[in-house]
Amino acid sequence: MVFNFMKHRATNPGHSLSDLAVGESGILEDFDMPQSIAEHLMNLGFVPGLEILVARTGPGGNPRVYRVDGTEVALRRDLSRCISVRPLSDAEAEAR
Amino acid sequence: MSVPVSIPGTISDPRHAPGSPVYKTVAVVGPPNAGKTTLFNRLTGLRQKVGNFPGVTVEHHTGSFRLDTGDEVSLIDLPGVYSLNPKSEDEKVTIDVLNGIMPGAERPDAIILVLDSNNLNRHLILAGRVIALGLPTLVLLNMADELHKQGGQVDVLPLARQLGTPVALVSAVTGEGLSAVANFLVATPQAPEPLELPIFGDPRHCREWAVRMGSHAAYRRGATPEWTRRLDSIFLHKLWGGVIFAVVIVAVFQTIFSLGQPASDLLQRLLDNVAVHLANALPAGLINSLVVNGIWKGAGSVLVFLPQILLLFLVIGILEDSGYLARAAVISDKVMAKVGLNGKSFIPLLSAYGCAVPAIMATRTIENKRDRIATILIAPFMTCSARLPVYTMVIAAFIPDRPVLGPVVGTRAVAMLSLYVLGFAMAVVTAKALKSSVLRSKDVAFIMELPPYRWPMWKSLGLRLMDRANAFIFRAGTVILGVSILLWALTYLPMHNGQPPQIADSAISKIGHFIEPAIRPLGFNWKIGVGLLSSFAAREVIIATMGTLHGVDPESHAMALQQALKSDLTPAGAIALLVFFAFAMQCMSTMAVVRRETNSWKWPILQFLYMTGVAYVAAFVAYRVTLLYWN
Repeated sequence: MVFNFMKHRATNPGHSLSDLAVGESGILEDFDMPQSIAEHLMNLGFVPGLEILVARTGPGGNPRVYRVDGTEVALRRDLSRCISVRPLSDAEAEAR
Repeated sequence: MSVPVSIPGTISDPRHAPGSPVYKTVAVVGPPNAGKTTLFNRLTGLRQKVGNFPGVTVEHHTGSFRLDTGDEVSLIDLPGVYSLNPKSEDEKVTIDVLNGIMPGAERPDAIILVLDSNNLNRHLILAGRVIALGLPTLVLLNMADELHKQGGQVDVLPLARQLGTPVALVSAVTGEGLSAVANFLVATPQAPEPLELPIFGDPRHCREWAVRMGSHAAYRRGATPEWTRRLDSIFLHKLWGGVIFAVVIVAVFQTIFSLGQPASDLLQRLLDNVAVHLANALPAGLINSLVVNGIWKGAGSVLVFLPQILLLFLVIGILEDSGYLARAAVISDKVMAKVGLNGKSFIPLLSAYGCAVPAIMATRTIENKRDRIATILIAPFMTCSARLPVYTMVIAAFIPDRPVLGPVVGTRAVAMLSLYVLGFAMAVVTAKALKSSVLRSKDVAFIMELPPYRWPMWKSLGLRLMDRANAFIFRAGTVILGVSILLWALTYLPMHNGQPPQIADSAISKIGHFIEPAIRPLGFNWKIGVGLLSSFAAREVIIATMGTLHGVDPESHAMALQQALKSDLTPAGAIALLVFFAFAMQCMSTMAVVRRETNSWKWPILQFLYMTGVAYVAAFVAYRVTLLYWN
């Protein structure tokens, strides 16, 4: 199967992981990518419903490092565009 | 300190002598980065060996664990897995071994599951899957020292009750709690009886189950170590990250040359002294010649490079274990993307500077198959440690040592560096060509987990170095020794009236002269031709061959090999030889491992033809161009 991340965008513009700035966080919602890649991400702690934080960018701005479930994982922009997130609700932001 | 182990309902079994093990074979399972290998090394020490399962490309270690009674239990260290999904090759192997249907592996009768106590919410999901297999299982919550230091906690007793298996909080680094392993191995076998079975399938439910298990154990994760974040803010800094990366790479090679060279020289002097004593001690004649010229000058000339090779593996091992290599993969990703690869290829390519064989095995972490094959195909262009002896020898013989940039950087250093750059440049060109044609791929997902920084464990580094040293000495003792003896014999045949022939009439000279027309355009004579032929077994063999050829030749017998080489090569021929070695695929071990990792002869054969073809053309061009400027 050929899947082109470069041309692909998550369904809701403005709600993908790549739209978050460094230091911002969101709640993971959905993965728009081949099942095997999504499963690998879930094994690393990318489980829908968990909070994800953009921890830092590497030299050159890409890939970026994300913190989720106590783990740090680096992803390229093209992949983070295929992960949809929703903003933290007031209660969730309060709890932090 | 709480009781380190709890075994629900354990009673001593009257059928067994107290203290004797009830299990023969125990599999060690766990996710990557949970400290599984450290634990395995601690339990088995030097009583271990590496192997591959037949037919699949998954490496495993087996070792034996000795109980106080002297009884031994065999441990199988399986590759790190996140889950038990039969779609992934590593995980399929783990499932097959645990079910006892993997050929070449004994069916385990118990499991030791190693989890990172700092990541239980994630790792307990794997516990659910492993426990569901129904084998007696010991769950070790590893890295207890880090958990305590970072203010986390977990109660093993309630967790053991929930999971239905013994659970112990341990540290493989400090040895804390590890008595649990011996206790488990001598206790009555008990299939796990979890109070609440995990639900599989939906990752959200799996995680909820794991979190619930953790909450029964009053689990609190420690804070991520602050210094890992601080180090990352330096090592992954927008500007400094790249600068430090460059400095680290330069330092790696600087260390090898500045420390490795004197060590090699020392070993060389030692071996030379032994050779003199051997020659004096043995009666003159055939045996003397065989031992001194055939064996000692042949295999010994390769052995002196052991210090440099071990140093290279040591430095790469330190970078890997400290966690820096994962960051290096992130930093290099953007550059690797330009040739169509990703940062995951960086780690195998760096270790290819040590040896292409472990490098090609390390490509297993690259998920994309086409990227993996492209990395395998370019890895042998990296200047491996077997080229080092050849480069060192030829450069020292032909390139005068003159300062270029101040007193530190001389012509020889520049020549050596150019050869490294040459190999690297050809790798880049080849990768670009492959990735924009036959191996083009679009679905490249770069996903890199960044483990916390840790101090490297000297013991596990030492064990890996022992592995490499054994492999090298084994090669020197088998392939290289065999080729040396064969060559020596060919220089002694055909005998006339019990007298060995003049070197010019020997069988080896006939073979050399037969191939000479093919290599004369490159500026090589028949002796170099014989050396080249033998180097297709392994690159460094050429030195052993030249050592033997000149050792039996009365004209060059007394000369150092470097001096003797000057009778074989003009400076232009020497440059051509260096260029040939930079590109050619001369390594049976690499061909064999490429065959195994790609599961076909197609790739190693294509790779051989391509690399050797490039080497021939490039050496010809180098010879011709050098002739114009340097006679």
